Amino acid sequence: MTALSALLLRDLRLAIRVGGGAWMGVLFFLIVVTLVPFAVGPESALLRRIGPAILWLGALLASLLTLDRLFAADQEDGSLDLILMSRAPLELAIVVKALAHWLTSGLPLVVAAPALGIFLDIDSRAMAAVALTLLAGTPALTLFGMIGAALAVTLRRGGLLVPVLILPLTIPVLIFGVAASNAALAGPVPFGTPFTILCALSLASLVIGPVAAAAAFRHAE
Amino acid sequence: MTVGSGLRHAIAGTKKLPMALSDLANPSRFLAVVEPALPWLAGVTALALALGLNQALFVAPDDYQQGATVKIMFLHVPSAWLSMFCWALMSVAALGTLVWRHPLADVAGKAAAPIGAAFTFICLVSGSLWGRPMWGTYWVWDARLTSVLVLFLMYLGVIALWRTVEDPSRAARAAAILTLVGAINLPIIKFSVDWWNTLHQPASVLRLGGPAIHPTILAPLIVMAIAFALLFVTLHLAAMRNEILRRRVRTLRLMQAQAT
Amino acid sequence: MNLGTHAGFILAAYAVAAVVIAALVAWVWFDHRAQTRVLDDLEARGVTRRSERPQPASP
Repeated sequence: MTALSALLLRDLRLAIRVGGGAWMGVLFFLIVVTLVPFAVGPESALLRRIGPAILWLGALLASLLTLDRLFAADQEDGSLDLILMSRAPLELAIVVKALAHWLTSGLPLVVAAPALGIFLDIDSRAMAAVALTLLAGTPALTLFGMIGAALAVTLRRGGLLVPVLILPLTIPVLIFGVAASNAALAGPVPFGTPFTILCALSLASLVIGPVAAAAAFRHAE
Repeated sequence: MTVGSGLRHAIAGTKKLPMALSDLANPSRFLAVVEPALPWLAGVTALALALGLNQALFVAPDDYQQGATVKIMFLHVPSAWLSMFCWALMSVAALGTLVWRHPLADVAGKAAAPIGAAFTFICLVSGSLWGRPMWGTYWVWDARLTSVLVLFLMYLGVIALWRTVEDPSRAARAAAILTLVGAINLPIIKFSVDWWNTLHQPASVLRLGGPAIHPTILAPLIVMAIAFALLFVTLHLAAMRNEILRRRVRTLRLMQAQAT
Repeated sequence: MNLGTHAGFILAAYAVAAVVIAALVAWVWFDHRAQTRVLDDLEARGVTRRSERPQPASP
């Protein structure tokens, strides 16, 4: 078993364990979606209109939850040093960690989103669109998140620093994710246009995220 | 004298705690009583469920307004009752943990939470499936449905808390506090959700209760409620037994680790 | 049993309830098996609770 696959399996197992990110992320997503009608009122026409936006915001916040401690936990138990010292390229190790994070945090959100769409009275075609955009966009959230997590790793009391660092980077993803969802719902713009841009953003983050995060680690030494 | 022991004396003095409860405080004795009883309980539960299902699906007549879909009510209402009863039970268990220090109180609380969450889930889904043909939508943010959803979230929160804290006794105290806060909060949540709902009058008038319950509908409802209650008791006692065994495993493993 | 026009919803509701209850029963059942298996394994290795160890015969 190569070092990278070992790292992947380890991260997957840690996240799935309860108390790990997988379940908490979905639960938080559910709570956020539940909170919005309390704030804006239960009128279903309104909820249906902003439904995709609520789902995207909820997914974004839920992803952030688990990114926070991504590298900090490794640093605390020493495995970060092992990762930094290993022969496998650091960028690849970061991609692997991002993969594990997305599989256990992003993907559950994609699966949960249609179910939560019921609460927001979103019709099934729109729900499919939202799920698809989340599928394309959540990898970008994770990968951009790597940057903030790497920058914040040496700080003991990160607090809200990681979200503050990451959120601006994720704004384009949010814009095009919601735009694509709304385009599928109604709207003159065809679904394809914002959706392909969203996919492009995810692919770009696949390069930018690990490279920037690796640079952050190297400069921290 | 702490609040806890003061209360304990007061309650012991009034003989509110039945003797059986303190007899069963010993986990081994609890197991000795419960383990042989479980198969019988399971059997009675299965019978009750069979009877209830027969009543609900075959005997009960169709409602003049809702047709056959009233049969969903036989799932929805008993599960709603059980979900609330379960939190009440957990609250008593929480008092047992914090105030009376009953050894099995936290076991009872921990074991009850997933079962309560499951019944709440059944309540939500059955309500949603009842709502679609009746009122045209799978979900509506009315006061009662919303309160049940919040209760479901609180169940999930307590379960998450139980599984996140490593040490059982710390977890027990934390979960007990959360449970009691939840119990106090439930009327507040209900009230504020009611208030919020009256602010935003829904477009259509919703009558979740439907017409007053006719006896031919009431009987299957009661039978299903009893069946669900028996199901809860059986599952709860079995889960408590599992939890006691799990703690034994943990203790033995710790012993083993320290011996080597 | 004629469930009328909305039979699908009625059946779906009962099916969901059945699945959830079956999952609860399975959880309790398999958890019990797992715990007893571990306990038996520990006992076979000689790790037991004090009350279950053979007591020395009193003189």
